[in-house]
Amino acid sequence: MIPPKFDYHAPKSVAEAVALLGSLGSEAKLLAGGHSLLPMMKLRFAQPAHLVDLNGIADLRGICLDGDTVVIGAMTVENDLIASDLLRERVPLLGEAARLIADPQVRNRGTIGGDIAHGDPGNDHPALSLVLDAQFVLQGPNGRRTVAANGFFLGTYMTQLEESEVMVAIRVPSFAKGTGWAYEKLKRKTGDWATAGCAVVLRQSGGVVTHIRIGLTNLAQTALRAEEAEQCLLNQPFNEAAVKRAVAAAMAITDPAEDLRGDPEYKRAMAGVMVQRALNNAWARSA
Amino acid sequence: MSAVIQTPEDREASLAGIGVSRLRKEDARFIQGKGNYVDDIKMPGMLHMDIVRSPIAHGRIKRINKEAALAIPGVRAVLTAEDLKPLKLHWMPTLAGDVAAVLADEKVHFQMQEVAVVIADDRYIAADGVEAVEVEYEELPVVIDPYAALAADAPVLREDLAGKTAGAHGPRDHHNHIFTWEAGDRSAADAAFAAAPIKVEQHMHYPRVHPCPLETCGCVASFDPIRGDLTTYITSQAPHVVRTVVSMLSGIPESKVRIVSPDIGGGFGNKVGIYPGYVCAIVSSIVLGRPVKWVEDRIENISSTAFARDYHMDGELAATEDGKILGLRVNVLADHGAFDACADPTKFPAGLFHICSGSYDIGAAHCSVKGVYTNKAPGGVAYRCSFRVTEAVYLIERMVDVLAQRLNIDKAEIRRRNFIRKEQFPYTSPFGFEYDSGDYHTALQKALDALDYPALRAEQAAKRADPNSPTLMGIGLVSFTEVVGAGPSKMCDILGVGMFDSCEIRIHPTGSAIARMGTITQGQGHQTTYAQIIATELGIPSEVIQVEEGDTSTAPYGLGTYGSRSTPVAGAAIAMAARKIHAKARKIAAHMLEVSEADLDWEVDRFKVRGDDSRFKTMADVAWQSYHQPPAGLEPGLEAVHYYDPPNFTYPFGIYLCVVDIDRATGESKVRRFYALDDCGTRINPMIIEGQIHGGLTEGFAVAMGQQMPFDAQGNLLGNTLMDYFLPTAVETPKWETDYTVTPSPHHPLGAKGVAESPHVGSIPTFTSAVVDAFAHVGVTHLDMPHTSFRVWQALRDHGLAL
Amino acid sequence: MAKKLINVTVNGKSEERAVEPRTLLVHFLREDLHLTGAHIGCETSHCGACTVDLDGKSVKSCTHLAVQCDGSQVTTVEGLADKGVLHAVQEGFYKEHGLQCGFCTPGMLVRAYRFLQENPNPSEDEIRVGMSGNLCRCTGYQNIVKAVQYAARKLQSATAA
Repeated sequence: MIPPKFDYHAPKSVAEAVALLGSLGSEAKLLAGGHSLLPMMKLRFAQPAHLVDLNGIADLRGICLDGDTVVIGAMTVENDLIASDLLRERVPLLGEAARLIADPQVRNRGTIGGDIAHGDPGNDHPALSLVLDAQFVLQGPNGRRTVAANGFFLGTYMTQLEESEVMVAIRVPSFAKGTGWAYEKLKRKTGDWATAGCAVVLRQSGGVVTHIRIGLTNLAQTALRAEEAEQCLLNQPFNEAAVKRAVAAAMAITDPAEDLRGDPEYKRAMAGVMVQRALNNAWARSA
Repeated sequence: MSAVIQTPEDREASLAGIGVSRLRKEDARFIQGKGNYVDDIKMPGMLHMDIVRSPIAHGRIKRINKEAALAIPGVRAVLTAEDLKPLKLHWMPTLAGDVAAVLADEKVHFQMQEVAVVIADDRYIAADGVEAVEVEYEELPVVIDPYAALAADAPVLREDLAGKTAGAHGPRDHHNHIFTWEAGDRSAADAAFAAAPIKVEQHMHYPRVHPCPLETCGCVASFDPIRGDLTTYITSQAPHVVRTVVSMLSGIPESKVRIVSPDIGGGFGNKVGIYPGYVCAIVSSIVLGRPVKWVEDRIENISSTAFARDYHMDGELAATEDGKILGLRVNVLADHGAFDACADPTKFPAGLFHICSGSYDIGAAHCSVKGVYTNKAPGGVAYRCSFRVTEAVYLIERMVDVLAQRLNIDKAEIRRRNFIRKEQFPYTSPFGFEYDSGDYHTALQKALDALDYPALRAEQAAKRADPNSPTLMGIGLVSFTEVVGAGPSKMCDILGVGMFDSCEIRIHPTGSAIARMGTITQGQGHQTTYAQIIATELGIPSEVIQVEEGDTSTAPYGLGTYGSRSTPVAGAAIAMAARKIHAKARKIAAHMLEVSEADLDWEVDRFKVRGDDSRFKTMADVAWQSYHQPPAGLEPGLEAVHYYDPPNFTYPFGIYLCVVDIDRATGESKVRRFYALDDCGTRINPMIIEGQIHGGLTEGFAVAMGQQMPFDAQGNLLGNTLMDYFLPTAVETPKWETDYTVTPSPHHPLGAKGVAESPHVGSIPTFTSAVVDAFAHVGVTHLDMPHTSFRVWQALRDHGLAL
Repeated sequence: MAKKLINVTVNGKSEERAVEPRTLLVHFLREDLHLTGAHIGCETSHCGACTVDLDGKSVKSCTHLAVQCDGSQVTTVEGLADKGVLHAVQEGFYKEHGLQCGFCTPGMLVRAYRFLQENPNPSEDEIRVGMSGNLCRCTGYQNIVKAVQYAARKLQSATAA
């Protein structure tokens, strides 16, 4: 398994990367962690004439605070999410979920931005970004724009990111006090994509759900936000019956593809199990 | 040169011989990155070969265009079947008496079949060349289901066999039929069934799996046009057999063919066969006059090199009402893929499947195995087991469970009632095997006590009584007997060469030694274990005994390492060669001490004059004397060769117990405990034995719980990378508990039986037994592997147990 | 598609080579530098046999371009021993029978070397997770866990002393 020939470019700034994309056009691909792109190239399913490597752009790495919003550089690797004290304090869901992604070595290369921008429904960060109300900062020839995670994912390998753009950062609001969270991921083994995955963020007030986000991984053409399921719980007392309704509503929007992980019936059922477990865990952590 | 250490116990300890868990002699190079695997070998002027493979499972090759590939700078040649035809190398014989295409000759028979090879200056250019070769196919109907393969109107897969009404193993009654092989006594079995009050039957599929060693297959072939000799470094578990085959195929005299198996990164049966890639690399080297390296990638390894299993089995037991088994009948449909390339002893197209009467005293038995062609890759190797023994053990262990359930007898109790009793050994099975030794009742009780089996059953009963229990609990029990150490040459041969094995030992003047063997280690630790045998036999510290294997120019001819034959066959050859040396050494010592041989006693490392501890000669003393001044009438030197033709197979056995907890919501099975009691006879290095058992159990776990090679209707193999093909990590792998009993083999010089495959063979039905047991209370008698969460969940759903 | 000149410090030695952009790090190490310790097992970043230490982090060199390593520090299994003295992880694998065929071993060792710096006193479960990017077909991992524990003890006692 040998990749085809290509030219390699290592820009030192986002502006330089954007300029390269502009001059090289659709023959160019961005290289982030490489753990999706390089295997595709080795299989010769992808044959870009140019690779624009983002690894040398220092500005794209790191996690900092902007007011109450956590700003994560798009090239921040999974292991840095896990290690971040700031995230543990402000958005603990991210580091916790990152532990369920790939394996220790791959987490040293795989980046949050690459995971999101690739648009693969099997990736975990899309659903996580949906439940976190994340916003993505994209830079293109006309400057920067910020788009919400909700609505960003258009189809398998299709997102709002234009070919001429680079994802710069992921902006995530800090959890309000008392926020509960969970990511439940059923997988066959270490390093696998989810058979079904569910992310939940919620808040409560006196036993009533005041804020809820439910996101689903690898259960349709894109990551899904289960808004009907959220409505089953929002402003309701959290109880078994409400959870059951939410589970049913979440399962109803899934459209999983058959593969060796299971058939659609199984995956839909597992979506239900993951949603139920994530809701209960998030609830138990909320205050 | 007498030892400084005085007490016999101290001297024995310093030998680190049989029974000692000494550390491995081979490790120093591996832990420092200095192993020497095939892909590590570089030769001056070496070229690289890569393979053009068929994207479709069945079709005619209309046209192959090499032009674009040949135009790439650095591409040296592109070879197709047309190029091999003048050499008569476009087809090759298989070990199973069939032929296999080296490069597809007009037709492709399975996805990823070898169609052309590209030889280039480096592997990158070769890969570019492969992409540039244009092949046009005409698709033909694909046959994936082996039952459908036998339909009257099924597509003809092997047009090259048109009109052949008989194959290597008897008549063919259909164009996709390979052989039908039977063992046992059909009429006796039928009579037993006719008279029996209880009959059970069960259909089961042992899925197609792949041994998937971490190192893929490959070779470096180097033909020297001046000298006319061929050296090939190759990932082979049987280098001497490869030499014979290469000589037969190429016409190069065997004396000018040197095959070297260097360090091998795991074999597990995958590296027994001779693959088209090897042949093409050798041909390329001959054609181009330069060394040629070929190393396959993981997708090629899983998709095209030898698979294992794929047996569709129907078992029947006849029994009394109290569970005494009276008869066994088995019918198997064996999916062999496109070419019959099974690696079995010549006379046994279904290997030793007729060990399927297991550990039980069954009066009458019969089995029949029918092999068929399908549009899948060829193979049928023994994946960490003796030939088809895994399938046989799975069949009988499942059937005994099925019978126990039918009669509502505990599965431990039904085994107790049917075991061959200790005093019955040597025991002749209804299929004609002569089991050498065993004590199954003692081993079973030890296992049941170790896990407090009654307490487990009580816990299970409580869980079953609770409808809200989040888990189902299953207890698996297996009591297997293997047949390994092939084998007696009157029964077993490969291409006509008897399945003996060999050893040559040479003691150096200063008392260290070298042993050369016909086997080849792939991680089993031969360099350590074999040295320990010599240490004990000859009183030389294992530390100073060098063991060499794998180079056909230096090692004596042997049949290689697979089917747990290294210790049973080669280990015996070592002991016998050592004993020849010992006998000569005794003569020399008697001469040196000026006494008769009869007056000498052997003690650990020395010959002593009986009754006088002060007069002795160590083996080192004797070695020096043998080179310095041997007694009149004796040849100088101290060495021996032995070719050991075993009088019988060996029959290791074991009792395995497993507890699983199944998540009723997801179908995930968690192995709570796994206890493996093995009896491999005499234990040479307990540390290595335990390591082999851990590894075998882990491979068994992988097979039972996740490995599969499903095909879609077009013959595409689904899941040919390590993303899908299940190799568990440290996280998924259970923790293993090991135990043992020792029942030596009476016919083996050391009493050893072989061990590395037992844990694979024995554990797989144990996992199935445990998973099925979790469902036994709702009447489930069998679930096919692999027991993935998905499949287990389907069973939960079907029986109203899913949460 | 011109070759690029890169300078990589491998096991403490500066190496300058011109490489094709598509050259994988594992091939650069094995073919250009003749360091054959890192092995190729799966090519899709699942097996970890190709694991090396890159700028203080474990990475899979089959899914990394050599050209990306310009200016980097790489440690392979060949660089673990110090002047002929085995590193604690090497000693641990030997003493605890943590290897059989040896093919996964270089990747295991390099990973364990880094893991014990990330987590010097790991529990058994942490070792299993920490080593979960490396597949072994021979040992069943039980002795690999013991080998890492052995090395952890040895490194801890060296630190204490």
